[in-house]
Order: sequence, then structure tokens, then C-alpha cells
Amino acid sequence: MNGIHDMGGMHGMGAIEYEAREPVFHARWEARVLALNLAMGAWHKWNIDATRHAIELIPAREYLRMSYYERWIARLVTLSLQAGLVSRAEVESGRPDPGSAKLSPALAPSGVEPMLGRGAPANRDVAVAASFKAGDKVRARNIHPIGHTRLPRYARGRLGTIARDHGVYVFPDSRAHFLGENPQHLYSVRFAARELWGETASRRDSVYLDLWDDYLERA
Amino acid sequence: MDTRDREHRHGSGEHHGHDHAPQEVPPDVALRVKALESLLIEKGLVDPAALDAIIDMYEHKVGPRNGARVVARAWSDPAYKKRLMADASAAIAEFGYTGRQGEHMVVVENTPKLHNLVVCTLCSCYPWTVLGLPPVWYKSAPYRSRAVIDPRGVLREFGLELGEDVEVRVWDSTSEMRYLVLPERPAGSEGMDEAALAELVTRDAMIGVAKVTLGKGRERP
Repeated sequence: MNGIHDMGGMHGMGAIEYEAREPVFHARWEARVLALNLAMGAWHKWNIDATRHAIELIPAREYLRMSYYERWIARLVTLSLQAGLVSRAEVESGRPDPGSAKLSPALAPSGVEPMLGRGAPANRDVAVAASFKAGDKVRARNIHPIGHTRLPRYARGRLGTIARDHGVYVFPDSRAHFLGENPQHLYSVRFAARELWGETASRRDSVYLDLWDDYLERA
Repeated sequence: MDTRDREHRHGSGEHHGHDHAPQEVPPDVALRVKALESLLIEKGLVDPAALDAIIDMYEHKVGPRNGARVVARAWSDPAYKKRLMADASAAIAEFGYTGRQGEHMVVVENTPKLHNLVVCTLCSCYPWTVLGLPPVWYKSAPYRSRAVIDPRGVLREFGLELGEDVEVRVWDSTSEMRYLVLPERPAGSEGMDEAALAELVTRDAMIGVAKVTLGKGRERP
């Protein structure tokens, strides 16, 4: 979707504010929000692409107003409601609905390190033909899906070169909507800065994006 | 970062009133999180001790010191560097750094003629296994919007002026590949061992917004 999250190349966002010796969390609630998101993910009711899309669905005005971890609260509530893990009434009251089922077992402390150490690899060991190879000229498709996509607006319609074939990976545009993994080749694609931003960009510079087969066409 | 981030940074849960319409005033976030957590505990969906373990991991165990050790070894051991450039995930796993937000690693090497800079314009993708959780500026709209269109201007803001003869490559983390910059080893560090080298390496240098120097860096996490 052409959301506010897709902000590469935008002007007007202000100066970068650097904080020396920045703490990992700026308040305890931020730490709890991070942990709640990760622990709830252990129910495997959603996936990383769905978590990204849940943030993209925050209305633009709210998105810009919220701090990073406030967005994570909104996302956790959205996903938990969607998955039926909580009800709207429970979120509003803060108390379980009378007679609501208790799920078990929740992620245990002993399960934390193994879960984080495993992660969730997105590569898939399946035979899928690659449409392109290193050195091929490609054009990022001019698509504007209303759902989740990892093809930023600033690259759409632009010419690039395949730098590397990463192999076969889950396709976020379908998995985000629980429509299957649709595994396909993922490439590192080089775009000259001038192709993206015009003549004022440095002749030497470039931007590399990781793009899936379905985002690309032969140029 | 946006205004709201700044307000939180200064520890104020209050809004300042003058720049927000009343309907934009956020309720007390900390209370909201507490209510959500107790609901999820009561429903048996989370174990508070597991939450503590997750927080402990990212506050005390996983952070940029991991990445610094990887960089120092690459500087000290040519065979290791070769493995790192060929298959970064496997070479980084030699240290036991695996898993969440580091499943698929790529290392990009800075040289006197090539500078690499990492960003995630769409969200906040960042190599947690080697750098820990990202700093606020990395996740903020100013950095995400400008790193791809004006990398040299962004680097200048970080105090890094690159000559026109230096090529700049920006890596926008649009997939599950996670990028770690292998900075240039600083001149004058020839006699230093791996442990001493690791002390020099900063988080910012591994994102690509700084160089590694012998003096105290801008940040030493």
C-alpha cells in the first residue's frame, strides 16, 4: 500500500536527532511492549509480514504522531484481535471475558533463548526457477497494490541491475495476508542514484534493494 | 525522530498541549501497557517471567559488542574475513550469534573508495543478532526518508564528509536480508590484538554512519 511508512525519498521529516549513549529502552513500558510482541508471536498466529502490515494500517496521522513502541502496541492489539486471542471488550475493560477459554502453554522463560536463537528463517528449500541472473537489466514494476508490499515507491518503474541472487524466499505480499508463502527468487538489485533521483545525485552512488521475482520485469 | 519520540525521551508522559488538538492527546501509555499485559497474563497468553527474560536478552546480552567482535576478527584473521564475505550468516554463527533478525546476514565492506550505508526505509529492519535493537534515530522518519535520496547529506550530519571520488552504496533493507558494514580498519591499529580492536568498533560504524578511529568515537555503546 502507498502508506506513510513508505517514506524513502520524502522531504520535510526534519533533522536526524542523535542521542549519545542512548539506552536500549527509554521507559520500562517500551521494554514490556517489545517483550509482549515477541512473546505473543510465539503462538504462531501471525508472521513477520503480517506484523509489518499491521503497522502500515495505522492511519498516517496517527503513525506520525506515535512513537515507535506506541505503534507496536497498536500492532499487537490489531493482530491479537484478528487472531481471536483477545476480544474488543477485553482490550477495553482490561479483564478477560467471563467464561473465556484459557490457552496454554504460554512461552516459558526457558523457551526464550531457544526461540530467539532460532529466529524465523525466510528462505525455502524448494526448486523454483529464477527469472533473472546477476548482470541482468531489470525494471521494477510500476505496481500500486493496496495490500502489503516491500517494493518501495521510489524504485517503481526504475531501471536496475541484478547484483546477486539470494535464493528462494517467502514472498511478503502474500504471506502478510495469510495467502501462502509463494516462495520465489529474491535478488539484490542495484539502482544508480541518478536513475532514482535525477541529475543532482552523485554519478558514482547507488541504492541496493532486495526485490522478489514478482516485483521485476526484464528491461 | 518525530515530536512524540522527543517527548518520551524527556521522560514526560504529558502532552504539551500547544501543538496537538485535544483528540490527539494520547492516554497514559504506561498504564495502557500495564493493562494490556495483565489482561494477557490473566488469559494465560504470556508468562511475565518470559517477558523479563526477553528484556534481559536485549538489555544485557545482545548488542553492538557482538558485531564489534565479528569486525575485529575479520580485521585480524584473513581466513575468517573470507568466510564472512562469502557466507556472513555462517561466519557470524561461529560466535553463536544466530536467530531473530539475523537469520540472513550480508556483510558489506568499506574501503577508501567505497562507503556503505544501511537503512530500512519501510520500517526498522536491523541486524539484531550483531547490533542489538536499533537506536531511535535509525527508526525515525528523518533518517528513513533521507538516507536513500541524500546519503552524503546524512553522512555530513553525522560528521562524515566523503570526497566525490568515494562511491556511496546505500542498502535499503527491504527483505529479511540483514546488512552489517565492515568498516575500514583505522590506520595506526596495526599492532593491536583482536580484543583491543573490538573496543574501537562502534555501532554507528557498523551501520555506516561513522568511521572507526583510534580516538574515542562519537558513541561507545
